[in-house]
Amino acid sequence: MREQQFDVVIIGGGPAGLAAAVSASQGVERVLVIERDRELGGILQQCIHNGFGLHRFKEELTGPGYAARYIKMVEERSNITVMLDTMVLSVSEDKTVIGVNPTDGIFKVSAKAIIFAMGCRERTRGAIRTPGTRPAGVLTAGAAQRMVNMEGYLPGEKVVILGSGDIGLIMARRMSLEGTHVEAVLEIMPYSNGLTRNVVQCLNDYDIPLHLGHTILKIHGKHRITGVTCAKVDETMKPIPGTEFYLECDCLLLSVGLIPENELSREMGIQMDNLTSGPVVDQLRQTNIPGFFAAGNVVHVHDLVDFVSEEGEIAGKYATYYANHTLGAVEKVISVKTADGVRTSVPQIVRLYQDDSQPVRLYMRVAKPERKVTLAIMNGEQVVLEKKLAVAKPGEMIVVDVPGDKLKTCGDKITVLLKR
Amino acid sequence: MKKTRKTDIVIVGGGIVGTAIARELAKYELDIILVEQQPDLAMGTTKANSAIMHAGYDAPEGSLKAKLNVRGNELYRQLKDELDLELAVTGSLVVAVNQAEMDTLVELKRRGKNNGVPGLEILSREEVLVREPSLSPDILGALYAPTGGMLWPFTAAFAFAENAVRNGVKVITECAVTGIEVVGGKTVGVHTSRGFIEADYVINAAGVHSDEVSRMAGDESFTIKPRKGEYILFDKSVKDLVKTIIFPTPSKISKGILLSQTVHGNVFIGPNAIDTNEKDDVSTTSMGMEEIIVGAKRLVPSLPLSAAITQFTGVRAVADSGDFIIRASSGSKGLIQAAGIQSPGLTAAPAIAEMIAVILKEEGLTLKPKIDFKPANPRRVVFSHMDHEARQALIAKNPLHGRIICRCETVTEGEIVDAIHRPCGARSVDGIKRRLRPGAGRCQGGFCGPRVTAILARELNIPVTAVRKDTADSYMFYDKIPGSSEVKTDA
Amino acid sequence: MEEKRRVSCIVCPLSCEGEVVIDSGAVKAVSGFSCPRGEAYAREEVTAPKRMLTTTVRIKGGQLPLLPVVSSNTLPKDKVTACARFLANLEVNAPVKEGDVIVPNIFGLGVDIVASRNLKAV
Repeated sequence: MREQQFDVVIIGGGPAGLAAAVSASQGVERVLVIERDRELGGILQQCIHNGFGLHRFKEELTGPGYAARYIKMVEERSNITVMLDTMVLSVSEDKTVIGVNPTDGIFKVSAKAIIFAMGCRERTRGAIRTPGTRPAGVLTAGAAQRMVNMEGYLPGEKVVILGSGDIGLIMARRMSLEGTHVEAVLEIMPYSNGLTRNVVQCLNDYDIPLHLGHTILKIHGKHRITGVTCAKVDETMKPIPGTEFYLECDCLLLSVGLIPENELSREMGIQMDNLTSGPVVDQLRQTNIPGFFAAGNVVHVHDLVDFVSEEGEIAGKYATYYANHTLGAVEKVISVKTADGVRTSVPQIVRLYQDDSQPVRLYMRVAKPERKVTLAIMNGEQVVLEKKLAVAKPGEMIVVDVPGDKLKTCGDKITVLLKR
Repeated sequence: MKKTRKTDIVIVGGGIVGTAIARELAKYELDIILVEQQPDLAMGTTKANSAIMHAGYDAPEGSLKAKLNVRGNELYRQLKDELDLELAVTGSLVVAVNQAEMDTLVELKRRGKNNGVPGLEILSREEVLVREPSLSPDILGALYAPTGGMLWPFTAAFAFAENAVRNGVKVITECAVTGIEVVGGKTVGVHTSRGFIEADYVINAAGVHSDEVSRMAGDESFTIKPRKGEYILFDKSVKDLVKTIIFPTPSKISKGILLSQTVHGNVFIGPNAIDTNEKDDVSTTSMGMEEIIVGAKRLVPSLPLSAAITQFTGVRAVADSGDFIIRASSGSKGLIQAAGIQSPGLTAAPAIAEMIAVILKEEGLTLKPKIDFKPANPRRVVFSHMDHEARQALIAKNPLHGRIICRCETVTEGEIVDAIHRPCGARSVDGIKRRLRPGAGRCQGGFCGPRVTAILARELNIPVTAVRKDTADSYMFYDKIPGSSEVKTDA
Repeated sequence: MEEKRRVSCIVCPLSCEGEVVIDSGAVKAVSGFSCPRGEAYAREEVTAPKRMLTTTVRIKGGQLPLLPVVSSNTLPKDKVTACARFLANLEVNAPVKEGDVIVPNIFGLGVDIVASRNLKAV
């Protein structure tokens, strides 16, 4: 088997992997990015809509446009090797990666540091257990997006969308612009998880009804889908008898959640966080196994690609410190817990290194929509930091910088919570 | 395209029974045509069952079910290597939760012994919990049957079919039987959607539709009462939940809601048993799923519902007589019934095939063994089972094995292409899923679906819009809608 | 005739829900927004709403069959679908560079449709 040595190996060539590669290339000699698709860019290549990069580039770019910026940076750096059309088969604790592609066959690379940047996959009909038949025409919104925007085919002409997160909303508009008829978007929660801008520009603009507090009870159709039975749900998300109605359609798109793609991490025994479904990471994005880092949607599902790039940059930078043995000694470990309305927080651990007093950026999500709350970071009874939030939504990540000197005086646990 | 054909035997139905019969009869100097109404084989009850090779203690003594279950179990274990079957003889447990059920276990053991089932023993509560720690602490004991096992029905059906074709059998799909021609009380042929097939012998292996087929020849001696059973399948990450096959103590109508792994390591639960009038209704229902979840949780309280990846329904062909109907038809000479094949049908299939050969002989057909019968098929390449050296050699010969299409189950483009071009090859997305696994894993086709569709289009030389998911009209994708070229000028 | 329209502001995450009173196409009153940017957005949204357009055109001889395109500026909201349907029939030839003008001044609206990415010829 062909064996090669690299300093930093990055699994995934999407926005997280690309940012990590650019960042890592500044600190070590040999960086490798392994990407399973035929080109770099990851999911961005099928996200042809705009709205990306407002924070990072102060411009609103399309997905491919944002990807192109980073791809250019990677191509300009001679010490980044890219392997396309390549699947990673396994990652071992000795920092070797086994991959495969048609040209090289099976090969092994060894690294000083490895970064997981595999992104996430979509939750399926099978995972939400929607009853009914299993006809053609039922697919996840992302798979439909790839077919419509990159392969050039339609999944149907009369569409119902389940889930009002941004992917569902974006596809509602996309299918309308493709000349199909979008019957309705159904959302089980009493609110949409997507940006208001998308509800306005993807649904209202096209007169597509949004049924909040609704779900699909049954999928009909023997060969292709012919319709769905829908119903209103109560606060416990159980269908309310008597509220059923039928929507005729030949296509059902599911936008019911994203799941970080951590099979490789799990196989290695990396410690996972059940709430994020991603690895437990510290502020350097290092996992519980030294030398293994993670960034992007594989850690927790993001809503802004700008933060994905930021995470990639952090992971890339500190992977090079690790590779160069310049991380230093850990002075203190602080675990970050969530409570009272805050659902998830990344990083879940802060490892304070000697002579490092940089602020730590926490990325958090609330459990449900809130108005006029205060996000508080507590060290026991003591307030470390407070931030007033006029509005907080589960679909919009909250970012807070905790000063390094404040962390030095904390105990071994801080808690992020909401004060109402 | 309709045309007239002539053959010795027509086998109606391409499920596990029809394909097993085809392979058995392919050993003889006979012209055989197998017709299947769906676009692929194994799309009926063979597609949605518990994938279990039963030991044979459950079937009533002296019944065909009992005799053919035990013989079929033996045959599969013999055929495993020859036909490269996916079979894991893990043993099975029938669990008792109260004294009445413990008494039933004793009866099952006795019955099993009489049926010829080897190695049955009753285990104590402690012995059972050591083997299966996830079982409810309320259990009292279990009947252990070492010859029970997990059998993947698709590898078996496709292995039978492919071997039959390699030995001269013709398989015609999308060919529905519309009538049986009977002259002077004798079968002379079969009318199908693709033309008339002249034949003196017709074997009815038409699953839930076997009573309708029988009636076409004037034989109304049985009725099929369809019975629905739903299943929920779980992610491989929870495969250690149960290590063997766990049955509850059976009731009069059903073996009950069981928990098992498949040969691939997916735990599943089911089936329930709901009598229905709709032979082709394979929809899952919320009540049905609730029923199997409650049933399964009684045995394994920690069932991790969040790890569910798919659900499906199978319809069993229950004959009103309660036993298999394997006999020469009294209505029309030359019509042989292999009907009412509910559980333990999958297990019994190769034994049913043996019995059909015997009946044909009794009915006057000469069965001359083929000298050049080829008992094996070329081995399947299973990338996920190979070590890196073997994989490297494989890719060197065919670079398409270097492209992983199914990330969840590690299936290569080379395997997919091979599965399309083998005899009785895949022609649909689900056809690939049944033969190889893409679409059966945790992403449920989210990643591999578009890629498998493109490969099918390329290999079958059809447009992407002609690729089907499964059934005749299950087209996956449409062409984009042409735009309007009119340039609107502003008023 | 006076008309009241509800507008959800999209300028910042506060997503204020306000109201604009409009009479014969002229804005009479604006209420419910917490900042001038929101008010300005609401006014435009009600009198002359504008949107960006992103869609695909077909491309011949390229590494992919579709080229994603984006409008160089916002378009009048009521022309967006017509533009998209017009572009659906268009086929361009590879290679294409990000920023190449695919359709200059679409429908005379003063907005170009440009390529969102490079696509090499194969």
